[in-house]
Amino acid sequence: MAKITVDGIIYEVNPQNNLLQECLSHGLDLPYFCWHPCMGSVGACRQCAVKQYRNADDKTGVVVMSCMTPASDGAIISIEDPQAVKMRSNVIESLMISHPHDCPVCEEGGECHLQDMTQMSGHNYRRYDFKKVTHRNQNLGPFINHEMNRCIACYRCVRYYDDYAGGTDLAALGSHHHVYFGRQEEGTLENEFSGNLVEVCPTGVFTDKTFSEHYTRKWDLQTAPSICTGCGAGCNTTPGERYGTLRRIVNRYHHDLNGYFLCDRGRFGYGYNSSDRRITEASIVSVHDDEKGVRKTLTTHDAQRQFDAMTAGDVVGIGSPRASLESNLALRARVGVKNFYAGFSAEQQQCSQAVIAINREQGLHCPDIRTLEQADCVLVVNEDLTNTSPRFALALRQAVRNRASQLAADARIPLWQDAAVRELAQNELSPLFILSPQGTRLDDVATDTFLGTTASQIGLLGEIAAAIAGSGSGLAQQIATALLNAKHPSIVSGISAGSVELIQATANVARALRQRRPDLAAVDICFALPEDNTMGLALLMEEGGGTLEQALQRLASGNADAAIVLENDLTLRATPDAIDAAISGTPTLVVIDQIHNAFNVRARLLLPCTSFAEQNGTLVNYEGRAQSSHQVFPADAALRPGYEWLTPIDPLSSALTTSETILYHSAQTLPAFAGAEKLLPARTGIAALMKSPRQSHRYSGRTAMSANLNVHEKKQTTDRESAMSFSMEGLPLQKDASLLSAAWAPAWNSNQAISKFQDEINGELKQGCKGAHLLQRSLPPQSPVSVSTNNTSNVYFIDHIFGGDELSAMAPAIAARSVGAYLCVGEAEAKRLGLQQHGRAQISSGSYSAELPVLIRQRIAPGAIGIYCGGEINRHAFANGVSISAVAEDGNVLARSHQMFDELVINDSVNHRAMGRG
Amino acid sequence: MTDRPLTRNIDMTRAPFDIGQYRAAGGYASVEKMLKTMAPGDVLDLVKNSGLKGRGGAGFPTGLKWSFVPMGENAPKTKYLVVNADEMEPGTFKDRLLMEGDPHLLLEGMMIAAYTIQANTAYIFLRGEYLRAEKLLKNAIAEAHSKGLLGRNIQGSGFDLEIILHTSAGRYICGEETALLNALEGKRANPRAKPPFPQVSGLWGKPTIVNNVETLCNLPGIVNYGIEWYKGLGLGADAGTKLCGVSGRVKNPGCWELPLGTPIRELLEDKAGGMCDGYELRAFLPGGGSTDFLLPQHLDLTLDYDVIGKAGSRLATGTMIVLDDQTCPVGMVGNLMKFFSHESCGWCTPCRDGLPWIDEIFQRFEKGGGLESDMQVLTDHLEYLGPGRTFCALAPGAMAPLGSALRHFRDDFHDHIHGGGCPWQR
Repeated sequence: MAKITVDGIIYEVNPQNNLLQECLSHGLDLPYFCWHPCMGSVGACRQCAVKQYRNADDKTGVVVMSCMTPASDGAIISIEDPQAVKMRSNVIESLMISHPHDCPVCEEGGECHLQDMTQMSGHNYRRYDFKKVTHRNQNLGPFINHEMNRCIACYRCVRYYDDYAGGTDLAALGSHHHVYFGRQEEGTLENEFSGNLVEVCPTGVFTDKTFSEHYTRKWDLQTAPSICTGCGAGCNTTPGERYGTLRRIVNRYHHDLNGYFLCDRGRFGYGYNSSDRRITEASIVSVHDDEKGVRKTLTTHDAQRQFDAMTAGDVVGIGSPRASLESNLALRARVGVKNFYAGFSAEQQQCSQAVIAINREQGLHCPDIRTLEQADCVLVVNEDLTNTSPRFALALRQAVRNRASQLAADARIPLWQDAAVRELAQNELSPLFILSPQGTRLDDVATDTFLGTTASQIGLLGEIAAAIAGSGSGLAQQIATALLNAKHPSIVSGISAGSVELIQATANVARALRQRRPDLAAVDICFALPEDNTMGLALLMEEGGGTLEQALQRLASGNADAAIVLENDLTLRATPDAIDAAISGTPTLVVIDQIHNAFNVRARLLLPCTSFAEQNGTLVNYEGRAQSSHQVFPADAALRPGYEWLTPIDPLSSALTTSETILYHSAQTLPAFAGAEKLLPARTGIAALMKSPRQSHRYSGRTAMSANLNVHEKKQTTDRESAMSFSMEGLPLQKDASLLSAAWAPAWNSNQAISKFQDEINGELKQGCKGAHLLQRSLPPQSPVSVSTNNTSNVYFIDHIFGGDELSAMAPAIAARSVGAYLCVGEAEAKRLGLQQHGRAQISSGSYSAELPVLIRQRIAPGAIGIYCGGEINRHAFANGVSISAVAEDGNVLARSHQMFDELVINDSVNHRAMGRG
Repeated sequence: MTDRPLTRNIDMTRAPFDIGQYRAAGGYASVEKMLKTMAPGDVLDLVKNSGLKGRGGAGFPTGLKWSFVPMGENAPKTKYLVVNADEMEPGTFKDRLLMEGDPHLLLEGMMIAAYTIQANTAYIFLRGEYLRAEKLLKNAIAEAHSKGLLGRNIQGSGFDLEIILHTSAGRYICGEETALLNALEGKRANPRAKPPFPQVSGLWGKPTIVNNVETLCNLPGIVNYGIEWYKGLGLGADAGTKLCGVSGRVKNPGCWELPLGTPIRELLEDKAGGMCDGYELRAFLPGGGSTDFLLPQHLDLTLDYDVIGKAGSRLATGTMIVLDDQTCPVGMVGNLMKFFSHESCGWCTPCRDGLPWIDEIFQRFEKGGGLESDMQVLTDHLEYLGPGRTFCALAPGAMAPLGSALRHFRDDFHDHIHGGGCPWQR
């Protein structure tokens, strides 16, 4: 530790950091724009000027930029020195020259870093009396608004979008004071992480277009700590609500997982909450002769009564990987473990069980996302991460830069010198190898991408494991050597292929590596999981219960009085025939769900349940990390959380009535969930008996919000479930931030206030729960196991970040970026089958067939057939191979434009950044 | 031996020497001598001891600059020499004379510099408008290749060198050596943070030396004739000769090679022929657009880096712009401000947003409507855009003529503000 003196006070600092970062870490207020905690310094804005003195005798000093000056031992600086203060006020004065001062109509207003810094720098009088520079704005697509006139040219947007996220279609254009940040041509921002521009931009140039449609000031939003439902990564989010509708989602810092950034599915996919396909009332299909088949609305009370009556007998319960742990547990308690079945498809269940076993195997380690960023050699197997678990892909873009970090360390360039490190390393990247059936969005930073079917990937993985053990050649040897030479090798895959063999073959590489690398405490290997609670349900199934196949067979054979299906579109999980047979064999089908879908419209009794934002719940991510997602706002009275519908018929016989009691009970009784009670906030000291407010201290209109209905002020909704309240009153964040509803600190209204809650910049949050790890390394190390390739098919299923996820696909903004189902083949295959680009093809398998538009790609494994289901095609119908024939054009216009279709394959002409390819 | 090592072959009434004529006049002798008898370290010591200072404007000792390049076994194998031929300083046309008058001299100098740091690739970053220089240099490079002075294993020495000519798209900021490197890499011509200096992480992240054309043209003489001869060329503290130019209302504007230490009066009166008839000298910028004004009382100072520095200005490029008594000093400075404002790369706030404000104020002075409070804004900007406050030297350079104009021509500013515009236009 080094020591520096700031305005006469001595602070302990890390000399590897710069002065700005250290000042902020110690809670000092020093304004800045271009510096970003995880993008480092470039010295552009000059806002963080301080005075530095050579030694204690130096009374003159010199003005330096704190972000560009190392926090060397003995440094003496002053933030309050009049020259430094003058410099900072000059900078903010010139930054504001062309700023439109349109804060009242600007959506950044009230959470604007520029507002905060202007206040902090003391600028309040305008001297500049000439014309402002103005710009033309661009339509950047359904996610992001563009208002260039507010720009202060901090260059953060392009540094984030291009340098950090690997985007290519946002640039600094023009020069001098006409510099412009936008696309070369108006159009949708292509990068899958564009939404972070909203938070990276210190002012209102880039704002959330979905939020604009129902805009509310930050201080008027009711917020609570939540977990993203977009995939199994478990990114932390802060959703915000006003007047009963979900308005937006922003990032919530998690040190180990998402850090400062979300993917666009996670940020913009919330729109399904207010979708007109939302199930808003309970309904039942009548069996009376005079109105047979008519669906009738039920009151909540009647619905519960009907539900209890219908499910009193021999009932099958089918859980869901997208329902909370509590709802799954409640269903299991309701029907009994013998009648509880997984809501996974057969291969999903096998795959997730295999993943759990690997996550328990000693000698291996499941990296969190931050650890993934530190990997200096990565092998990605089969998973198109940008489309299945996008935050992983963003992490791997940072991992390939560890080569740059190494070069910088050798050249003694501090890592925070962001531009200098990039200029030094240029295109030198750490090794990243991708095995995939088709080109992926990470190919531009990959050392090599092996295009192969599942079978040939398994073959190559075997060769890699053999090469690690000592005998190999070619690509396998190249990959093995890179893994053997790396300091922090990492292997990343997923369960998209639905192949246990592929998972085992991937684990074999890790096992082989463990045997050859005793120096590593454990070998990092992780598997991306598709839904927010895939791991939670998989763990629950360890405690007993049957598979979906067993459930469907039992129902089809008429061995149950009723079935309760929890938040699950089973048409996505099994073949149409199996579903049809099960439904026709079920006397009473009850479905609890949020959104109308192809399955639940066939339910006899349909019960509406709350969305993630309207309920408390626990979700378990790919690591086995259980995290609490808090209710943001009270739902309409007709909606109930799944676990509430499922409350035992005699509530006195059980205490399992709230999310907290269900979680606590399961932690006590089910070994798989031992330790989950750590998620429940401990209320001690000042926090004892106090609740954390969901509303800011500036929350407005509370007494007037429902005055149009009733002039009497409504009683605040009581939260009987959690340690939070639907109120402004309660524990101030400054006293206790263990439930951080939204980052806010005095003088820091924007999301940059998060630094006030970190133990140091980029450090852990001082308070708050990082989650509870449910998986222990309890199984002995395994040797590589033998893997067969017999069961694999040449059909693979394509994923898309936009549209590939059941719920977010219904958000209008996401739908605007989605395409429908299509068939993807290579050029040779297309020629053989007589298929034309953008033409149509008939695919058939057994009794199933479908007609799809054709996409011919260059970068696809030889002989592979890709199908994107797009919510239109049942994957299980075609999983075991298809026959394809061309369909003559009948002049029908395709559902989607060709252009949008073609955008899917922008990586076919990938421009490789990695050096030494081929 | 010569006392005009830079221009001895230059005669602008004829075409420059081809390689045969150049060699006949003693050209490339330094390279042959160096390759046969000197190790890179010997050349470095020679240049260090010669006292050669960079002729691009900053006047940094050349040998010292080179000595920061990592050498030896563990040093990176790839290194680059880059010639800064992006001559865009207002009033400066000295490198053009060298490249158009004697292109082989530059190549000879480059070979010496490249050999010293063991760079096998050298770039000439040439101002895009210098079309004649482009043609001549291309031809000279081809000639040198054909005679085995470039390429692999030059003269059997084992040393390889390729010279690549790059013509700039044309921005003043490309004269800033790190912005030049970014431009050469095909990126925005924004300067880079220093440290790290290009000697450690330069072009494509490799150790790189960026030298001005004139600096390199000094090298053959130093290698041929030695340190004593070179130091003897200067009349004062600085070694060698300097190309000095004069522009403005003088009888004979032009560019000449003079010993460093020559009195300014000799340059202005003997070489440039004095002021045009009917004009008096009011002031002059001694080293191009980004230097402080000097006054007639400074005419007896000598052309030495330190002497001019002590008088409050800089020798910089050594090319003088003369202000006569019938030209508006406010208009002249306003013209410079417009130039610098337009040439800001847009990276750092003070330069990007400060210079256009200054430019607007000068336009208002010109048209009428200037305010007394504008003078305070200008004065504030002198410090705000001063050294250390901005990312690179562009804005501090722009503040040099502005600051000295505010000191020397206060009355002219007063006349503009209170007389309803430029008195020279009325």
